[in-house]
This record gives sequence, C-alpha cells and structure tokens, in this order.
Amino acid sequence: MTEILDIVVLVFILIGAFFSVVAAIGVVRLPDVYTRNHAASKSATLGVMFILMGTFIHFAAEDHTNTRLILAIVFIFLTSPVGGHLINRAAYYTGVKMWDRSVRDDLMERVGNLNVRSADGKNRKTDELKK
Amino acid sequence: MFDNILYGVLVLLTLSILGYVYRLIKGPSIPDRVVALDAIGITLVSITALVSIVMETNAFLDVILLIGILSFIGTAAFSKFLAKGVIFDRDRNS
Repeated sequence: MTEILDIVVLVFILIGAFFSVVAAIGVVRLPDVYTRNHAASKSATLGVMFILMGTFIHFAAEDHTNTRLILAIVFIFLTSPVGGHLINRAAYYTGVKMWDRSVRDDLMERVGNLNVRSADGKNRKTDELKK
Repeated sequence: MFDNILYGVLVLLTLSILGYVYRLIKGPSIPDRVVALDAIGITLVSITALVSIVMETNAFLDVILLIGILSFIGTAAFSKFLAKGVIFDRDRNS
C-alpha cells in the first residue's frame, strides 16, 4: 500500500518538476518581457501546484490531513496569475518594447496613444517609447 | 529510491533558480527583474515542500503559505510602483 502511494507521490512531483524546469528555460531563453512573463506565470504555477498536491497526498497518507496545504494551493492558484498580469500591465504602461518580430498590438488599438510615465520619470507618449 | 528521486528533483529546482538569478542580474528592463523575483518565490515554495517531505516533518507547511503571501504582495507593490511612481496613493481621486 505504501509503495503504491510513494509511486503516486513521485509521479505528481516529477510532473511538477518538469513544468518548473520548462518555466525556467522559458524565462532564460524567450525574447522579450511579455513572453517571459507568460512562461513564468503559467508554467511555474502549474508546476508548484503539482508538487504541492504530491506533498498533500504524502502527508494525508501518513497521519491526518493538512488543511494549511490546501489553503496554500488555493492561494497560489488564485494569486500567481494575478501577479503576472499586474507586472505585465506595468511593463506595458511604462513603455517596455515588444519583440521586433511581434506582428500585432491589440491593446494599442484599444487604448490609443497614452501619456505614460516612462522609466526616467517623465511623461511620454507611448508610441515614441515603442520605437 | 524515493529519497534519491527527491534529491534529484531538488537539484533540478536549484538549477532553475540559477536560471532565474541569471535573468535577475542580466534582465534588460526592470519588469524582467520583477518577473524573475516572483518566479524565485514560487520555486522556493516547491523547494520547501520537498524538504518537508525529505525530513518527514509537517512543521514547514506554514512557511509555504507565508512565502506565497509575501511573494504576491512584493509583486503587487513593485508593479504599482513602476506604473504610478508611488505605492500608497495620498490623492484617492486620481
């Protein structure tokens, strides 16, 4: 019985480690901040949730169940994509350049040419920052 | 066998933290560095969970929740500082 539980825990942990390593490779290799943030928020969240679920199964099989771990899983599942969205939005509105092979910018058509606070503390138009 | 695989996974997670540290030092813009810091926090959560399995204790499971909350608050504060230049607004109507 414990052998089967160990195998289940190991499968969860190995899947989580795979997604964490994929997130790290994406953060190192991808070309601009928006794609790197995509890798870091989605893939790292899935990896850490798999590892925490393996930990939860391990401790639930040993003694009593652990509600703090369920709370941590739900909290990370809610807040990690929100944090990724916040930092991506801050990057867009401070005028960080996109990759030069990006083909379209839908938010630019939607919000137009904004007057934003650039990295040196002055107000600039967004299209002169994007050049 | 079980412990050896867990040690191997710990080595993989440490290597991915090294990749994030590379991006934290080199990253061309400030949001790159904030993304790397957030991902370092998330990976520290999984390292804490694996260490608590290896040491057969459930005393570290509170630390997981604490690291998650601190990492999220740090990211939110950094992104608000980057977008507006302040963290706490004095003028609530702007």
